[in-house]
Amino acid sequence: MTVMRAPGGMSRTGRTVRLAILLAFVVLFLIPVYVLVVTSFKPLDEADPSSAWSLPERWSTSGWSAAWTELKGGLANSVKIAVSGSIISAVLGSLNGYVLSKWRFPGADVVFTLFLFGMFIPYQAVMIPLAGLLTDIELSGTIRGIVLAHVVYGIPICTLIFRNYYVTIPDELIEAARVDGAGMLRAYWSVVLPVSGPAFAVTLIWQFTSMWNDFLFAVFLGAPDSWPVTVMLNNTAGSGAVAVQYNVQMASALLASLPTLLVYLLLGRFFMRGLMAGALKG
Amino acid sequence: MKTADGTRPVRFRRGRKWLPGLLLVSPSIVAIGLFVYGLIFWNTRVALSGKHDEVSEYGFDGGRNFVDLWDQPSWPGAVRNALVFTAVFVAGALLLGAFLAFLMDKGVRGEASFRIVYLFPMAVSFIATGVVWRWLMNPAPPERAVGLNQLFDKLHLGALANDWWQNPDWGMAAMALPAVWQMSGYVMALYLAGFRSVPEDLREAARVDGASELQVYRYVVFPQLRPVTLSALIILGHISLKVFDLIMAIAGKQIITYVPAVATYVEIFDRHDPANGATIATYMLVAVAVLVIPYLVWSVRSERVR
Repeated sequence: MTVMRAPGGMSRTGRTVRLAILLAFVVLFLIPVYVLVVTSFKPLDEADPSSAWSLPERWSTSGWSAAWTELKGGLANSVKIAVSGSIISAVLGSLNGYVLSKWRFPGADVVFTLFLFGMFIPYQAVMIPLAGLLTDIELSGTIRGIVLAHVVYGIPICTLIFRNYYVTIPDELIEAARVDGAGMLRAYWSVVLPVSGPAFAVTLIWQFTSMWNDFLFAVFLGAPDSWPVTVMLNNTAGSGAVAVQYNVQMASALLASLPTLLVYLLLGRFFMRGLMAGALKG
Repeated sequence: MKTADGTRPVRFRRGRKWLPGLLLVSPSIVAIGLFVYGLIFWNTRVALSGKHDEVSEYGFDGGRNFVDLWDQPSWPGAVRNALVFTAVFVAGALLLGAFLAFLMDKGVRGEASFRIVYLFPMAVSFIATGVVWRWLMNPAPPERAVGLNQLFDKLHLGALANDWWQNPDWGMAAMALPAVWQMSGYVMALYLAGFRSVPEDLREAARVDGASELQVYRYVVFPQLRPVTLSALIILGHISLKVFDLIMAIAGKQIITYVPAVATYVEIFDRHDPANGATIATYMLVAVAVLVIPYLVWSVRSERVR
């Protein structure tokens, strides 16, 4: 008896088994989301860990409104940090990537490698002097200080994304512009920038996500006035939090994640490309 | 004639045409030079200073602190925890990611949706997901079990219930679970792209030679993917050595899940000991550098050859 084979050389049972395993992992991956969502919509008296697997008997948004009150200051700071930081990052990355792919100078490879190492360093290894430096230039504890740190340490990944993207633009296009008398900046403006849309999208999304989710820089360099939502969340719902209101905690965690989740769901394609860029040759 | 006409201007330009490029990148070069390399240098200086409080002067202790650290009660445990975490996290994310990619390689209905689900944890912070993981991995005893232990109990899998990250011996293995959850989708995406770049002819040739589907993967597909595996190992490895948010969100500064990144934080903010904080940070940097530098050099070089 012959088994029916799918084009890929896989039997029908094989395909069903694969699908079943993949679906099982979908369930596993979504367990934390399920708990977050159902608990966040429970009224306080229902929000108990012992009953957290069950759906709310009475749906309530009280957890969400309490979370909003607690976190709105942090959310505003996060918006300021992530929006301004990602825009500056993208502009810098675009210019650097352009030069390192199309207007190379002697030693460009060395510079690029030295940049890339900056992407991997544990930021703890610069944190003590960085905090001192920001104090010296009076940016300690300010939003601008946090943005500065994000932008500087974001230079490597942004340069990498743009450089890898610009390598695919044919050199002849630049050469043609040059023959027409365009200098470096004119060629950038008229040839390179108009086709840079996807790389800007990837970089903006990538930087927005990592700045929004950052905890390390914020906790070392921030102050109560400038704390982004991650630090606020960790203070109110983290391991050291005193008051335990599970519905508020879970709603806070969701609220703090919504912006990046939305970006991911709406623009996931670009998010993926950013991930791949992080793997250099992946 | 044309060549003669064309050559001169090109050569003329070649002499200085790179200068504007260098100028345009120079702000970034200065920034990276100062903020990455300058501050690393300064941090090393602090590590060698013997400055164990915030008021005394910077001295020079000849690197004694790098040795003394090992006599501190919390440090060897932090290193061990980081190693256990790294082993479980890297192996777990790599195997699960490769397995998911293997299942999806031939195409599956609704592939886009699967990818979205497996990858979404990367878009959220551990500070946020730690809130729920802390609760899921709650070690309360059976009679008042909550979280995953309660779920196991309901599914008649009570034997699986355990102390999770509060187990003194292997707690860090449990701590790696949320990290596997976050990063395996990324590994899946890397491998899936890799699998699909292996030409179908190669696979077909192996099949003609009588290889089974599994053998095709074992002897044809995976050997082609060594660069992908290397990338994934480096990425996971350096994340793992630096793990901070996850631990802070789930356990805070408890000694049982102490790792170098948390230790740096504690030395700086709680113990007000810059020299110790900087020394631990230097050890972290060395660990990451040993892992990453050969990879970077290899990456940039092989790309230039190509």
